[in-house]
Amino acid sequence: MDLDTLIQIGGSTIRLSTPLLLACLAGLFSERSGVIDIGLEGKMLIAAFFSAAFAFSTGSVWIGMLAGIAASMALSGLHGLASITFRGNQLISGVALNFLASGVTVLIAQVWFGQGGRTPSLMQGGRFEPITLPFAEALRGVPVLGPIYADMISGHSFLVYVALLAVPLTWWTLYRTRFGLRLRAVGEAPEAVDTAGVSVTGLRYSSLVITGVLCGLAGAYLATGLQAGFVREMSAGRGYIALAALIFAKWRPWYALFACLLFGFLQALSLRPDVVESVVSTTIPVQVMDALPYILTVVILAGFVGKAIPPRAGGEPYVKER
Amino acid sequence: MTTPPKDGNAPLAIELKGISKAFGPVQANKNISIQVARGSIHGIIGENGAGKSTLMSILYGFYKADSGEIHIGGNKTEIPDSQAAISAGIGMVFQHFKLVQNFTVLENIILGAEDGPMLRPSLARARSVLKKLSDEYELNVDPDALVEDLSVGHQQRVEILKALYREADILILDEPTGVLTPAEADHLFRILEGLRKEGKTIILITHKLREIMEITDTVSVMRRGEMTATVKTSETSPEELAELMVGRKVLLRVDKKPAHPGGNVLEIENLRYVDSAGVERLKGISLNVRAGEIVGIAGVSGNGQSELLEVLGGYADAKGTIRMNGQEIDLTGKHSDGQSRRARGIAHVPEDRHHEGLILPYTAWENTVFGYHRDPEIQKGLLMDNAKIKEEAAAKMERFDVRPPNPNLAAANFSGGNQQKIVLAREIEKSPDLLLVGQPTRGVDIGAIEFIHQQIVRLRDEGKAILLVSVELDEIMSLSDRIAVMFDGQIMGERLPEETDQTELGLLMAGVTDTNKSEPEKADA
Repeated sequence: MDLDTLIQIGGSTIRLSTPLLLACLAGLFSERSGVIDIGLEGKMLIAAFFSAAFAFSTGSVWIGMLAGIAASMALSGLHGLASITFRGNQLISGVALNFLASGVTVLIAQVWFGQGGRTPSLMQGGRFEPITLPFAEALRGVPVLGPIYADMISGHSFLVYVALLAVPLTWWTLYRTRFGLRLRAVGEAPEAVDTAGVSVTGLRYSSLVITGVLCGLAGAYLATGLQAGFVREMSAGRGYIALAALIFAKWRPWYALFACLLFGFLQALSLRPDVVESVVSTTIPVQVMDALPYILTVVILAGFVGKAIPPRAGGEPYVKER
Repeated sequence: MTTPPKDGNAPLAIELKGISKAFGPVQANKNISIQVARGSIHGIIGENGAGKSTLMSILYGFYKADSGEIHIGGNKTEIPDSQAAISAGIGMVFQHFKLVQNFTVLENIILGAEDGPMLRPSLARARSVLKKLSDEYELNVDPDALVEDLSVGHQQRVEILKALYREADILILDEPTGVLTPAEADHLFRILEGLRKEGKTIILITHKLREIMEITDTVSVMRRGEMTATVKTSETSPEELAELMVGRKVLLRVDKKPAHPGGNVLEIENLRYVDSAGVERLKGISLNVRAGEIVGIAGVSGNGQSELLEVLGGYADAKGTIRMNGQEIDLTGKHSDGQSRRARGIAHVPEDRHHEGLILPYTAWENTVFGYHRDPEIQKGLLMDNAKIKEEAAAKMERFDVRPPNPNLAAANFSGGNQQKIVLAREIEKSPDLLLVGQPTRGVDIGAIEFIHQQIVRLRDEGKAILLVSVELDEIMSLSDRIAVMFDGQIMGERLPEETDQTELGLLMAGVTDTNKSEPEKADA
C-alpha cells in the first residue's frame, strides 16, 4: 500500500467524518444542557433536503445552506417546545421528529420536483466547491508532508473546515466562557443554576439553537458538499452514529473529533474494499465492510469502551421544587 | 433602617407582614408576620408541613405570596425570583445542596455570579475573595477540589461561601445539621457565630429543639401554616417550644423502664457486604441483639447502616454468619429474601418508607398486608379475602392512631408520621422476634415521634429484640438499651447510653476511637 492510497483514504475519512462531527457537536451542546437529542438524524435529513432544494431553485449553495439551517432549527425548536416547555419525554420527541423528517422530506420533494422523492442533481453553484488551502501547490514538493497537506488536508469544501474549527470553538465555549459554565451546570444540576438566579429554560433553548445550526450544517454538507442533491433517507443513520460517537467521546469536544474520525475512517474503508483485502489478504464481503461503522456503534453502545457518564440531568425535564 | 424597630434598639434585617400562601385548598402560610433583627440568629421551628419551607421559598423568590409584604432593611421589596432575592442580599443554604457535583468549588461559587462573559477573570477574582472569606470565617475549603470529592460538611461550607460571595447579608439555612456529624455541626455553629459577629443576619430553620436552644437569639414557632409565637430563646424552654409546635404537652424524653434482656435472638459474626459498584460497605460486622432489648446503631448516614439493614432484611447478598434464635440464616441464594426472613421472625421497618416501606399509590389497607399477603388466614380460595383485610386494616389503624383512620385512602395521602405508623402497624402486629427499624422518625413530627417511640418500647417490653438504626443521636440515646456506633462499615464500639454522651459518640461516629483525646477539629478536617 503506497502513500497515495493512504492519502486518498485519509482524505475521504475527513470528508465522511464531517457530517458526523457536526452532528456530534450538535448533540454535545444539546445533551450537555440536559436535553437528550435522538433527533439529530431527522434534523440532518430535513436540512439536507431544504439545502438541496433551495440550492437547486436559487442556484446558490449559500441560500441552500441557510434554508437547511432554518429547517433544522425549526425541528430543534419543536423538540424544545415538547421537552423543555411542556416537559415531555425527550426520547419520544426525538423519535417523532425523526419520523416527521423522514416523511416530510420525501413528500415535499415529490410535490415540488416530481422525481420520486428526490431533488434534481445540483450543478455548479449549487454545490460547495473544493477549497485549495494556501501554499498547497508550493509545498507539494516537500516529501510526505507536502502531499499530505496538498491532497489530504487541502481541497475539501468550506463546511469541512467549519466542522474542524467547530471543535476548538466548542471546547473554548464550554470551558472558557460564562455561557459554557452555565451550560455544563444546567446539564448536571439544573437546580443549582436555578437557585443561582439563572434561567434553566433560557439556557436549554439557547443550546438547542446551537444544536439546530450545527445539524443544519451537517445536513447541508450531506446534500451540497458530500453529494450533489437530496435522495430519500440520505442521512443513513449518521445521526445515530453521531450519538454513539458522542457517548464514545464522553461528551467532550476533542474526544468527539477523534471518535468521528474513527467512524469516518471505517466508512472510508468500506469504500475501498481492495485496500482492505490487500492488507488482510483475504476476501471480505462488501456487506461486512459496509456494516462495520454500524457494528462499531453497537459495540460502543454496549459499553465495551469503559464507563461513559452522561450529564446527570440528561433526559429529565426540570421541575422547580421547593 | 427607616422603620423604627419595635423594641427600640436593633434595626430590622427582615420584616414580613401578613404573608399568606395557598396551594389549592391547602393554606401553607396564613397571615405570617415576623421581625428579624439585624445581626441576630433567628430560629424558625415547626413540624414537617408547618409551612417553614414555604415561607423561606417565598423569601427566596421560588413562590410568590398570595398577599403580604416583605421588607428588607426597612424597605418594601418585591422578590419575584431568586435573582431578586440575591440582589436583595439574601443567601440560602438548602437542605439538599444545590451544587454541581463535577465542578470545582470555585466554579460552583461563581456560577450565576460571573463578572463577565469570560471565565478566567471571574475565577481569579473568586479565588482571592474566597481566600479572604475562608480566613475571616473559618470556612476552609480547597477552591480547586471537585465538589463530589468533598465531605458533606465541606459541601455545606461551599454553599455558605456561595452566599457570602454574592454578598449576602441575610443567610437562611434550612435544616443545616441533618447531614452533619456532631463535630461538624459544632463547627457550623462556630461559623454562624462568626457571621453574626460580623453583622450578618441568620435565619435557621430546624426541627431540632437542642439547636434552637444552643445558638439562636430569638425563635419563632410555626404550626399548621401559622406563626404561633416568637420568643427570646433565653426566656423559653424546649418543653415550651415543643408544646407550641404541637399544640399540646409533649413528652420529650422516652418513658421506659430498665430493660431485662434475655437470650440472644440475633447474632451477627464477621458480616461482609460488597455493593454493586464493588465498594465494600460492611467490613466484618459482629453484633448481637438479645430478647427484650433495643440495640441502637448510631452513625452518620452512609457508613454502612443502610446496607446492614438491607442484608438483615434479606435484599442484599452478603458473606459471614447470621444466626436467628441460634439457627443460621442463608445469606445468599434463593432462601435469602424478605419472604424467608419474615418466616424466621424478622420484621423490617425500612429506612425509606416511600420506596421500600410503602407503595404510595396503593391504598392503606393494601399497604397493611404487603409482604404478608401470602398468609393463609387472609386467603379465600384462590383469591385474597379483601373484606377481611380491610376490616383488619381499619382495626390496626385505630390501634396505631393513624389519622385519618380511612383504609381506602392511598398511602401517599397520609402525612409522614401517619405513613410510618402504617408501616409500623404492619410489622409490629405480626409480633416478630426481631424488629429491624431504620430511621423510624425521619420526617415525622414530634407528636407522632412520641407515639412511635412508645410502640417500639412496648414491643421490647413484650420480650422482643429490636435493632434500631438512626442518624438522630438524640433518638439513639433515648431509645436504646445498648448503642453500637458504625463508621466506614465497621462497628467502632459499643456503649451503654447511661455511660456515654453525645461528644463521645460523636467522635466514634467520625471514626476517632481514642476518645481520651477529644479533638473535634480533627474529626471533620
